[in-house]
Amino acid sequence: MIALTSTPIDVASALNYLQSSQAGAVDLFLGVVRDNTQNRPVDRLEYEAYDKMALSEIQKIVDSAHHRWTLLGCVVIHRTGTLLIGEMAVLIGVATAHRADAFDACRYIIDTIKQTVPIWKKEIFTDGEVWVNAHP
Amino acid sequence: MNSSANVLLFGIARDLTGQSSVLVPLAPDTRVSDLLTTIHKQYPALLGIQSLLVAVNGEYAEADQPLTPQDEIALIPPVSGG
Repeated sequence: MIALTSTPIDVASALNYLQSSQAGAVDLFLGVVRDNTQNRPVDRLEYEAYDKMALSEIQKIVDSAHHRWTLLGCVVIHRTGTLLIGEMAVLIGVATAHRADAFDACRYIIDTIKQTVPIWKKEIFTDGEVWVNAHP
Repeated sequence: MNSSANVLLFGIARDLTGQSSVLVPLAPDTRVSDLLTTIHKQYPALLGIQSLLVAVNGEYAEADQPLTPQDEIALIPPVSGG
């Protein structure tokens, strides 16, 4: 299951989706909004996505993870819009027979999402704002 | 006759131009690299972005990929999801 959503991510339903009688491990990675960047206080984040391409790029990553590991289930949900401190920006969930594959696949998926998926995050500070990664 | 392409802008590219899409002239045989050159001339502010990729029909495109007026073209500034 892959989704972009402008409403809060429902962890319970993601976990429910990952239920499998063959699974010995379920890993969830939750990316949440931190209150500072290099000690500069963050007020909120604004996420924007090129929706159609973001979904297809996430699908490529999930397909690649299925190719590398035997995944019994996989969920990727990413928020868009304004997020406040402590809110969940992204959820990655995988179910596998054994824990090593679950940890590895989960990490691979979030690391690759950060590199290739057209989603952008603007940090809004109390005294300014910046699009993350965009400046030299 | 020259046609034009509607280029989608996101993130910092949208902020720097103040527009979510821009019309760019598309001469015959225009390639991705030509499009970037034209856009940078029209909107020099975009030169301040660390790197700017181009997506054509929802896929990352190489610099020498040819463009047609039917393509959905988007500028992809450095991504920062997660």
